Amino acid sequence: MTTALPVLTTEPAVHSSVEFDEKLSAYGLELRAATVDTLQVNVGKLCNQTCKHCHVDAGPTRTEIMTRTVAEQVIKTIKKFRIATVDITGGAPELNPSFRYLVRESRALGAQVMVRHNLTVIFEPEQDDLPAFFRNHFVVVVSSLPYFLEQQTDAQRGRGVFEKSIEALRRLNSAGYGQEDSGLILNLVYNPVGAFLPPPQASIEADFKRELMKRYGISFNGLYTITNMPIKRFLSYLRRSGNEGHYMRKLVESFNPATVDGLMCRNLVSVDWTGRLYDCDFNQMLDLGLAPELPQTIEDFDPVRLARRRIMTGAHCFGCTAGAGSSCGGAVATG
Amino acid sequence: MAYYEEGELQRFAEIGKHRPDLYEKFMAWYQACQEEGALSRREKALIGLAVAHALQCPYCIDAFSQSCLEAGSNMEQMTEAIHMASSLRGGAALIHGIQAHNSVNKVSM
Repeated sequence: MTTALPVLTTEPAVHSSVEFDEKLSAYGLELRAATVDTLQVNVGKLCNQTCKHCHVDAGPTRTEIMTRTVAEQVIKTIKKFRIATVDITGGAPELNPSFRYLVRESRALGAQVMVRHNLTVIFEPEQDDLPAFFRNHFVVVVSSLPYFLEQQTDAQRGRGVFEKSIEALRRLNSAGYGQEDSGLILNLVYNPVGAFLPPPQASIEADFKRELMKRYGISFNGLYTITNMPIKRFLSYLRRSGNEGHYMRKLVESFNPATVDGLMCRNLVSVDWTGRLYDCDFNQMLDLGLAPELPQTIEDFDPVRLARRRIMTGAHCFGCTAGAGSSCGGAVATG
Repeated sequence: MAYYEEGELQRFAEIGKHRPDLYEKFMAWYQACQEEGALSRREKALIGLAVAHALQCPYCIDAFSQSCLEAGSNMEQMTEAIHMASSLRGGAALIHGIQAHNSVNKVSM
């Protein structure tokens, strides 16, 4: 495990999956799924925000969204295979006309439902009842807030986002989210605002809890630290700012074999807005499908064949294995 | 030949080309100092940033600025650390004014 302070070693920058697989081999590791307990459903690229680091390249003008037919197929799969957890993401998933159908039906089938909720979508037309909708369906809300200060948040997510996010958090708190003993879970997500790795999760969570309460009276349950993936819009930023080589080198130098066991690709399958399957949301955005010998679409979903599958990798995988690791549930290793 | 090229920090290991025994001793000491102990990584990173400014070492400033971010510090906190270092430097210069007073007093009526 590397220290958070300057490391005086060097490795060349990498840009291929071969080097990631070689790195795993050097530690006697290979990347295979362990189980499939989560179906991560990306309902499309439509979003009310245009964040500078977005790995989906999502925004208000994107038209690629999941149809009702595909959503119904997703629900059939959850029902048939009794999927334990449904993790709904986008874009802003709430903007998809089938979003509430997916939540209602998944909950009716007994699945735990997580929604990647960007907070500001509450202020879009006909979305102001979202806190009540989440509460009524016992949804676990996971919301991005890159920092507890306006400057950093707006720099990443757009002007005015911080102020709206704080107001949305207040409304979620009023609905019972993030309140002790309510059972309504509100987790926040920290992304570095730039080309650097996240701080230790427990340490920055303590800062967020203290500062959000002190400054705004806001409470929440947990903070996930997520590393920015060197793909799509964040990769464009890295290239524009001349940080690509430096950032990739940092990811490689910070490779932590202890993260591999807990990587999210080992227990989830990701499905895109067309119904195609992937090892994770990042592979989805790179159009890197499941290994060719496996089922490729939600219609062919087969948890037995998917459970021990070989994971498709790329240079971006170094993003999930750097330092304390990174997953949709935050850091995956300690120390 | 240019001075203080950004990529030179990545060449640090080249120092070990001569007298590698000394380099290895330094590295072991350096890495041990960076580990979390009675001080947190964040505290150590802020100390590193302050010292880097006092030493006016561009390599150290670059490295420890990023370390501070990766330890969860923000620019307000980092700027306070920089002011701490700078004010100590300023104070250390200013206190020498007493030497000037002493010197002037010595030769004055």
